[in-house]
Amino acid sequence: MDVIKLQALDLVIASLLVLLSAGISSALRLNLQRQVLWAALRTVVQLLLVGHILRIVFAHAAPWLTALVVAVMMALAAREVAARPKARLARRGNGQVGAMAVVATTVVTALFILSTALRPEPWYDPRYTIALVGIVLGSVLNAASLALDGVLSGVRRDRLAIEARLSLGATAHQAFASLLRESVRRGIVPSINQMSAAGIITLPGIMTGQIIAGMDPIDAAKYQILLMFLLCGASGMAAMGAAYGAMRRLTDERGRLRLDRLLSER
Amino acid sequence: MLAAMSDKPPVLRLRGVYSERLSPVSIDLAAGECAAITGPSGSGKSLLLRQVADLDPGHGEVELDGAPRSGMRGHAWRRQVIYCQAEAGWWDDHVAPHYTDAARAAELFQRLGLAPGKMDALVQELSTGERQRAALARALALAPRALLLDEPTAALDPEATARVETELRRYLDGGAAILMVTHNPEQARRMARRGWRMEQGRLEPQWT
Repeated sequence: MDVIKLQALDLVIASLLVLLSAGISSALRLNLQRQVLWAALRTVVQLLLVGHILRIVFAHAAPWLTALVVAVMMALAAREVAARPKARLARRGNGQVGAMAVVATTVVTALFILSTALRPEPWYDPRYTIALVGIVLGSVLNAASLALDGVLSGVRRDRLAIEARLSLGATAHQAFASLLRESVRRGIVPSINQMSAAGIITLPGIMTGQIIAGMDPIDAAKYQILLMFLLCGASGMAAMGAAYGAMRRLTDERGRLRLDRLLSER
Repeated sequence: MLAAMSDKPPVLRLRGVYSERLSPVSIDLAAGECAAITGPSGSGKSLLLRQVADLDPGHGEVELDGAPRSGMRGHAWRRQVIYCQAEAGWWDDHVAPHYTDAARAAELFQRLGLAPGKMDALVQELSTGERQRAALARALALAPRALLLDEPTAALDPEATARVETELRRYLDGGAAILMVTHNPEQARRMARRGWRMEQGRLEPQWT
């Protein structure tokens, strides 16, 4: 494949665009110039670091090394899911809900694709596994944190309605039904929008990358379709898992609403 | 059978119900009986009703017709022992979806002095007093064995209050029981055979 290799100088020239953005911020007194430069620096360091780590991992192709990288990626995603909502569940509930939603959905969807559509040899080939997990995690993280935030911020607002249903003999599940629906919807909608806009409004990053790397556009499109389906399923599962996990922690074995397990907002 | 009738267990029996902010309470309510609790705001009256309805974690046992609460699922208990909040919550924008039995609800609306058109209204279009009666109708439509009422007529004029009390007496005549919190001592005298006073989480008998 005839990829145009980038030289360090090419990146330095491209960084002029970052300086342009910082210049705009300075001219308009947005006070964002420091943030722009800092973010650009982070991008350089983080991506180069990841590139070097992946080069080592790909070169070794050892199962344990692949598993370690995947585990670290999942842990960071779970932490992010837990940290995004403003409200906190007691006893590190956010972290547990985030970890459960992230790990379960990522493992299920990634294994599903690795055993049906892709089937690399060996099956844990880091080139496929890590790339796949990375893409899935992005969607899972978004869907799970939106759904979790939906339940945690909605439960205080809907307290009277939920308790009214409980008082009239509803199960916790019935009393939470509309809040759960609303929260799961919030988590899934972005991936629906992403699918409907794909190719028309934006060229998805993966497809663009593969086209630049010399892949036939139809083949690249097929890859992108596979990934879109994967992300759709993953975000659905993640949103549902996070919302139900939050509901379980906000109710108890007697079917009561336990707002005492929701810590006050920061 | 007749022998069993004579020592029929009370409809609602509280045995040492307590929580962090509530000293132990024991009360028996016979079929057709209403008990009233008065006392200053924040003294724990609503907390006691919530304890009986099993809406908050706490201790002690409550029995319904001799059957212990601990042997029932939480929602099954609350279906029979319904707590009516002072300020009711609504889970739909419209009034009608809050009632499963439309005919029964229409009948209750009429007896509580709510215009039939209110059934098709939005909840927010109802006045505070109308909402209070609509919430009571919601509970009565389910025909529970016991009602836990928190200020059931706080927002009502004398005429509407009289209608509600008449309806509650009719409900009691069916063999049910009511534990009622009220700020109005006259209402307590009118409705209840026995009265208690709540003071800083302690329940003291006031009259019997």
